[in-house]
Amino acid sequence: MAHEKNHDYHILNPSIWPFLGSLGGFIMLLGFVLWVSPNAQNNQPWVFFIGLALVLYVMFAWWSEVVEESHVGDHTPVVAIGLRYGFLMFIMSEVMFFAAWFWSFFKHAMYPMHPDGISPAVDGVWPPAGIETFDPWHLPLINTLILLCSGCAATWAHHAIAHENNRKDLVNGLIIAIALGAIFTAFQAYEYSHAAFGFSGNIYGANFFMATGFHGFHVLVGTIFLFVCLLRAYAGHFTPERHIGFEAAAWYWHFVDVVWLFLFAAVYIWGG
Amino acid sequence: MADAAVHGHDDHHDERSFFVRWFMSTNHKDIGILYLFTAGLVGFISVAFTIFMRYELMDPGVQYMCLEGARLIADPSTPCTPNGHMWNVLITGHGIMMMFFVVIPALFGGFGNFFMPLQIGAPDMAFPRMNNLSYWMFVAGSSLAIMSVFMPGGNGQAGSGVGWVLYPPLSTIEQGYSMDLAIFAVHLSGASSILGAINMITTFLNMRAPGMTLFKVPLFAWSIFVTAWLILLSLPVLAGAITMLLTDRNFGTTFFDPAGGGDPILYQHILWFFGHPEVYIVIVPAFGIISHVVATFARKPVFGYLPMVWAMIAIGALGFVVWAHHMYTVGMSLTQQSYFMLATMVIAVPTGIKIFSWIATMWGGSVELKTPMLWAFGFIFLFTLGGVTGIVLSQAGVDRAYHDTYYVVAHFHYVMSLGAVFGIFAGIYYWIGKMSGRQYPEWAGKLHFWMMFIGSNITFFPQHFLGRQGMPRRYIDYPEAFAYWNKVSTFGAFLSFASFVFFIGVVFYTLRWGKKVTEKNYWNEYADTLEWTLPSPPPEHTFETLPKQEEWDKPHAH
Repeated sequence: MAHEKNHDYHILNPSIWPFLGSLGGFIMLLGFVLWVSPNAQNNQPWVFFIGLALVLYVMFAWWSEVVEESHVGDHTPVVAIGLRYGFLMFIMSEVMFFAAWFWSFFKHAMYPMHPDGISPAVDGVWPPAGIETFDPWHLPLINTLILLCSGCAATWAHHAIAHENNRKDLVNGLIIAIALGAIFTAFQAYEYSHAAFGFSGNIYGANFFMATGFHGFHVLVGTIFLFVCLLRAYAGHFTPERHIGFEAAAWYWHFVDVVWLFLFAAVYIWGG
Repeated sequence: MADAAVHGHDDHHDERSFFVRWFMSTNHKDIGILYLFTAGLVGFISVAFTIFMRYELMDPGVQYMCLEGARLIADPSTPCTPNGHMWNVLITGHGIMMMFFVVIPALFGGFGNFFMPLQIGAPDMAFPRMNNLSYWMFVAGSSLAIMSVFMPGGNGQAGSGVGWVLYPPLSTIEQGYSMDLAIFAVHLSGASSILGAINMITTFLNMRAPGMTLFKVPLFAWSIFVTAWLILLSLPVLAGAITMLLTDRNFGTTFFDPAGGGDPILYQHILWFFGHPEVYIVIVPAFGIISHVVATFARKPVFGYLPMVWAMIAIGALGFVVWAHHMYTVGMSLTQQSYFMLATMVIAVPTGIKIFSWIATMWGGSVELKTPMLWAFGFIFLFTLGGVTGIVLSQAGVDRAYHDTYYVVAHFHYVMSLGAVFGIFAGIYYWIGKMSGRQYPEWAGKLHFWMMFIGSNITFFPQHFLGRQGMPRRYIDYPEAFAYWNKVSTFGAFLSFASFVFFIGVVFYTLRWGKKVTEKNYWNEYADTLEWTLPSPPPEHTFETLPKQEEWDKPHAH
């Protein structure tokens, strides 16, 4: 707590985490290039993993500190509003990140390239000739329902804590949401392993795997986020008035849900 | 840190150790200063690149960038095989550094961090620790960018020579891994800017002084807010595009490879969907600075505050829907070209509102030509010139002739080098006394201005002629016919460089021996934003008691 402070904003003490986290990011990205670049000699992954370990450690330490600060009352009402604004804008930037992948998908689906490779074809076909796509009404539909149910469970949990102060239902809702999220990821991995098209060498696979892959990564992150909230719910961190961490996780989870609905509608049904 | 003991009310001395203060900072003012110095350092490297390039272009033929080794003195007795790769690496490095690691960090990170919270009366940023993450990620990105110049790249040499836009197929077939490092450099810089944007928007929305409604916020703070939105919505799209480059290069995807059904033009679209808002990310904070400087030194409140705000918002919004005017020659339909032409010209309207409002602010004012005002004059004059050539280039038909010529180079250096960078200098001279507590010598600031003003005009104005004569950009050499104006341009670059070196001296002198600033407001009462109610330099923690409305909401005696 700063000295002689006559306002409710959060003034922080100096912290080493930003510096270490950036150092970790630097090492991780450099290591990634040394690891995967076909042009680098003897591709070794260890630099990447050192950087990754540092980044993960900083994430853990930093966010533990944030949780600690919320316990000592640093998150006053005005700071809580700020945290919500911040998280909403983070989600907006994520939406724009997905815009790039949808852009690539729609461009190639609506204006497929001519086989001569020079210009878009007048009557090009999508999916490209020879690509056998997934039937949207089998596993993808089931996965859609799973993810939607998971979103419902998260909302149930949110309702339980926000309006009823019911920690039992909060925990139950979270467990269901997390379990369904994990099942979704497992199904997605199963689907990937049965794809009739490859990742490299064709535009369909590139679009499909990068768009659904980044979505899958976000599902994973969201699941971990919800899992952290579950642990915090067990520890009794959340009250009807104070549960920003969980609220952010729920928002994130719904965002991931909505991205999937667009993927399902556009990539699986319309473009499949 | 036992801070309760540290922050007394009257103390200016500071018990934080060097490491704690500058490596673990959670203080918006210190982080702003870090941004400014780092951007200055990267800027020096980037400018040094261009001086070497202009030196090479001084005479036809290749004298200095030789495959046998770069040299600084022409030596006709030893053979010199032109090293086009080196040339390409230098233009790439210059562009990437200036775009991502100099101008945005200086204006948005530096001045934005230091003065936006002060102007709205906020004690710090909304997320002070994340603020420092933005800074250090920018440093990490800069390091990757500078590293990429020295790492194995194309043509069996170091560095990537693909241009800052990283167009495929060149960027996907460039050998070595220098290109991958450059891509990650942009990723890191992008993440840094996005986090910064989230921070700025939240601070702006959530931490304004009591009574400061949205349309009472000073124009510089508004300019940072608009810029933050542009960053938030455009940089993630770029992140997607360069991720595609990365997978195309390393994992065999074919986003931009026609052999696998991909389309290299797609990259250009996504890049410029980011790239055009980027132009406004660079210039809008300078708009904000110029507004304050003009009002202060004309001794009049800024003319048309509300239209000024809406013009910035309009420029920001329009910036998202004009991107393909950078690619008229790729084979778009006439309908598309017509749309992008029209939309582009519309931007001249809000920009005109700003220019005319600055002029109207000076009209009938008591204009005082102190150094910051000289830079503001330079900005308004030269930015307008660059804007007018922009209107010329927005015509798809005319662009057929000018595309990728030196006319384009002249145009965007007029808006960026002579626009945004003049804005940075205006801000430095306007605020250096506030930031450091010491004032620059007026004669030195003026000398710096005139050297830079004359130098940069001699550099870039002849490039209009070269472009009209058809000299293409991005070449290491040119025919005899272009020799005259190239020589003139190079002399101008030398003068600009001399002015930059002189500027470094001015800053160094000011920080060491400059006259101590005793007043809070060392200009006049028309510098009426909240930073002028604070001591110079401001104490570590400002506004521990939030400012009262009468401190900033002053009616002007006319």
